[in-house]
Amino acid sequence: MFSKRIISSFSTLTSQSILKQTVTRSYFKSNTFLKSDQLSRHVETEENNDHTPFDFTADNMIKVKKILSKYPPKYKQSALIPLLDLAQRQNGGWITVRAMDKVAQICGIAPMTAYEVASFYTMFNRNKVGQHLVQVCTTTPCMIRGSTAIVDACRKHLGIGVGESTKDGKFTLMEVECQGACVNAPMMCVNDDFYEDLTPESTVKLLEQLANNQKTKIGPQTSRKAAEGPNGKTSLFEPPTPPPFRADF
Amino acid sequence: MLKHSIKTFSKLINNNSSNILNNATTSIGVKSSIVNYSSTATAQQQVAQAEVKVYGGLKDKDRIFTNLYGEHDVFLKGAMARGDWYRTKDLIDKGKDWILKEIMASGLRGRGGAGFPSGLKWSFMPKQSRGRPHYLVINADEGEPGTCKDREIMRHDPHKLIEGCLVAGVAMKACAAYIYIRGEFHHEAKVLEQAIDEAYKAGLLGDNACGSGYKFDVYVHRGAGAYICGEETALIESLEGKQGKPRLKPPFPAGAGLYGCPTTVTNVETVAVAPTILRRGSSWFAGMGRPKNSGTKLYCISGHVNNPCTVEEEMSIPLRELIDKHCGGVIGGWDNLQAIIPGGSSTPVIPKYICDDVLMDFDDLRRVKSGLGTAAVIVMNKQSDMIANIARLSKFYKHESCGQCTPCREGSGWTWDIMERMVTGDAKLDEIDMLYELTKQVEGHTICALGEAFSWPIQGLISHFRPEMEDRIKQFQTNTKQSPF
Repeated sequence: MFSKRIISSFSTLTSQSILKQTVTRSYFKSNTFLKSDQLSRHVETEENNDHTPFDFTADNMIKVKKILSKYPPKYKQSALIPLLDLAQRQNGGWITVRAMDKVAQICGIAPMTAYEVASFYTMFNRNKVGQHLVQVCTTTPCMIRGSTAIVDACRKHLGIGVGESTKDGKFTLMEVECQGACVNAPMMCVNDDFYEDLTPESTVKLLEQLANNQKTKIGPQTSRKAAEGPNGKTSLFEPPTPPPFRADF
Repeated sequence: MLKHSIKTFSKLINNNSSNILNNATTSIGVKSSIVNYSSTATAQQQVAQAEVKVYGGLKDKDRIFTNLYGEHDVFLKGAMARGDWYRTKDLIDKGKDWILKEIMASGLRGRGGAGFPSGLKWSFMPKQSRGRPHYLVINADEGEPGTCKDREIMRHDPHKLIEGCLVAGVAMKACAAYIYIRGEFHHEAKVLEQAIDEAYKAGLLGDNACGSGYKFDVYVHRGAGAYICGEETALIESLEGKQGKPRLKPPFPAGAGLYGCPTTVTNVETVAVAPTILRRGSSWFAGMGRPKNSGTKLYCISGHVNNPCTVEEEMSIPLRELIDKHCGGVIGGWDNLQAIIPGGSSTPVIPKYICDDVLMDFDDLRRVKSGLGTAAVIVMNKQSDMIANIARLSKFYKHESCGQCTPCREGSGWTWDIMERMVTGDAKLDEIDMLYELTKQVEGHTICALGEAFSWPIQGLISHFRPEMEDRIKQFQTNTKQSPF
């Protein structure tokens, strides 16, 4: 009996078996869930390898110059994060190892520094993602407003698990940490756009619109416009006027 | 009955002796109810001393962010109609010392969480320039769960922030301001960049900002999704193009910050209110809220309320009034309230009996062993699972720990692991004490405040909801017929 329990506790490598295991007691649980986290190691694949070249397009080179001009010429490394972001955009939402090399070359730093930075920040995807990167916020303020139902709706509708992509390459589903729209919870972020005040129904509707390349309503999916309450605003009824200027000038 | 007798008892004794009583009481369940009644008495005394001044009920004419909901023109024309950029040159011409004096007199405290007096912080920059440029860095990496106030400023009132950058920059003799905005706020960054372009074109920024002869630049820098970059030295590291790992202090950024130059990092809201304070006078701002907690504040109330919203209110507004007046009350009524996190995820949770009469300001929330933080109120009613809510925050901190210091990197993982088992009850009773001890070991032993940030919510949970945690463990043991040992 005892040895059986030990064996079962060591076999809890997948999250599913942990769920099954709630009846037996276990003190040896792994806390290395993968979910939306990525491995920091580079894996050579057909799309992401060290011999497919990467270069910025002519349009993006103008943007590169503009980004570099923001920082003192001696500190070009400051442009690293914006340039990695630009490379990621050009590459369709994810960044290859050669793109990181290119950015490192522009910034005049060692490629390893670029890899370090790209693996530290969660917004850099070092594996291929779908055309629409669906990121559902599941942190406490969204969770208590029902983000679990939103994740379930996405999973069911897309037929994929969290951290996976659909076969047609259109969607990748992720759970993310707080996105900073807690008043409009629950919310999800698809590529750059925030979709707020979601219900499972409106989530499915949005996913269908995205799949058919239709126009979507960005922002709250209800009658709300911004961060005023769903039952209407409670302040700022008067039209804005300039504040009175001090008398001692 | 017990509570009643404690109440009568604590009324008889003064504050000091009730502290001794607290220390002597071992069962935390009983202890917390004593804290409740003795602190209620203190709050009542304080209100009596302050000649029953009522806070809250801010009038529209006293609101600073008049386009909070984006109903009016966001850009320069609309901003000027709302009074931004009006006689900014005169404000600048008054000079650095005058601006610092006014900000100090207004009693403005930093709106990013720590509540440090802003005027004092700005004055830490070197008085004499030693040939190195000074930088102002705006912390717009708003990532604390529950917080979404800076977003509203940046997307609906960007010119308040940009003008604030100029005024604060003059006060610190800075040559440039970098606005570090979190990467997820793509739309907000675009609005901000457009507003900055407008300001350059109108001559409000640049070589001759507002015609004052002062050279000042403002740049937007987008982050890439790391909560830890909200810590000031991690933000500077990230701005230099490195991993966002906090630096050891000292040297403080005012001595050696961005590129080794004197730097001040301030929150968006702190900077955005500065021009209005200068324009209306420090006494107007200081006249609102309790002493040392002056001014107005953006509160963002999320969770189980009927009308979740971001709203500007006076400091020191009672928490209950804030929720009843602006948020349509708690879902299921005030009696259905279980607990509130008053200032973003890293402040300890406070249960209903404290929420009844606590005031929303730095000092009163400090008194009840919590904090104002960013004034992000997360409301949880009795239908939600408190332990699961805090366990989710533990997962957040585990994900966001930068991994630099061992107590935080390992501790955040361990606490999450234990908290997950607390949710199902699959734990032993003495593990609650172990968890408390673990958070106490992390606190104060890390480079930045993330150690405290993940410890405090758990400590708050244990000190206020220990009976619930124990019940769940006992329930689990009964259900699975396990020995409690």
